[in-house]
Amino acid sequence: MENNYTVEAINLKKVFGRRLIFKDLNYKFENNGIYGIAGANGSGKSTLVKIIAGVTAPSAGKLVHSFNDVVVKPESLHDHIGLVSPYLVLYDEFTAWENLSLFAEIRGVSFNKDKAGSILKDFNIYDRKDDYVKTYSSGMKQRLKFAFAFMHSPQMVILDEPISNLDNEGKETVYNLIRTESENAIIIIASNEDTDLNLCSSVITITDYKN
Amino acid sequence: MKAFALFKKDFKSEMRTRYAVNALAMFIVVTISVIFFSIGQERINESLTAGLFWVVIFFSAMSGLSRAFVSEEERGTNLTLQLIAGPSTVFTGKLLFNLILVFAMNIVIVVLYSLIFDAFVIKNMVLFVTSFILGNVGLAVSSTIIAAIISKAGAKGTLYPVLSFPILLPLILTSVQLTIFSIDGTKFEEAIVELMIVLSYDVIMIAVSYMLFDFIWKD
Repeated sequence: MENNYTVEAINLKKVFGRRLIFKDLNYKFENNGIYGIAGANGSGKSTLVKIIAGVTAPSAGKLVHSFNDVVVKPESLHDHIGLVSPYLVLYDEFTAWENLSLFAEIRGVSFNKDKAGSILKDFNIYDRKDDYVKTYSSGMKQRLKFAFAFMHSPQMVILDEPISNLDNEGKETVYNLIRTESENAIIIIASNEDTDLNLCSSVITITDYKN
Repeated sequence: MKAFALFKKDFKSEMRTRYAVNALAMFIVVTISVIFFSIGQERINESLTAGLFWVVIFFSAMSGLSRAFVSEEERGTNLTLQLIAGPSTVFTGKLLFNLILVFAMNIVIVVLYSLIFDAFVIKNMVLFVTSFILGNVGLAVSSTIIAAIISKAGAKGTLYPVLSFPILLPLILTSVQLTIFSIDGTKFEEAIVELMIVLSYDVIMIAVSYMLFDFIWKD
């Protein structure tokens, strides 16, 4: 299926105080496919991920999200994006199913039970969907985050350290999901793992944008 | 509708964790008890009654209303919220929750106050209800935007009342005056200036909050 979503970084720069994270970053994510963001620990991969997801502002430059050649307004960016990351936290006091149902309601879309259920089944946590998230292990929470990121069928999904806390079976499920979903969406993987980056057709290395 | 869904999420969460409700209930009971025991058998005048009434409201609000944003920040769920809702949806949802909390809290305070203090007899009920509604709206809006600001800071607990005091002072001073008018039976028309001040405060705070929230909410 054709995906008319594009994200263009124009002269993107981020600094924290005097510390330069990256500068002069020009790049265009377009068409369906898998893109990678590589770099050592602390190099700024997660910062770039947050900027692309629209939750952190760049220090200079801009990021333009377009859908069907129309610029996506910042207030509706969340309709088009999914994110999995270690710093993403779901609500402990709700069950997994309640979390997903509430998120759909807050997004203003109908809860796609089939898709959410299918992802939970793929990750072998469907039987635990009515358990409180606080009872989940870190690996199970990581699995649940994939349902959170993909259930509204976004045009772009950003995966920051997607296989952290996962066992081999979980990793394989993630790779299968990425391969399937990349036919309909832009997938961006921020990682240091070669196995993750090998899936990508194009990789940005953050350290290339430090000088 | 999206904001209402967010409000529902917060309400459900509060019903399960009881964090803000418990903090508010304890504070209300403790402050009213302290005032009651310190006054003893003495009869206090209308000004002091109204002043103490708003002292209880102010400090009770400070103990519970910051939770709207602080709990999201402390648990790390603010990023999740940023990914599912726009800034105006988040602010409206949180404001709705704080409005319900403020009204519930202040109704309890009014009831307890009426039962305990002989001097708290409302002679102009229409004026009292009007000023009560306007004052609560102002308190909820200000508390919500200040909670959003301080949730990003380190010393949240200390900063909240310190930052709230100058912002809420005009509202509280005018509301104290309106409560005195309600107790001494001043006519509604004679209190119109004070009511307009509180109404203007509410409108300004709502407008400023929606304008500022986008900048506060984004890292």
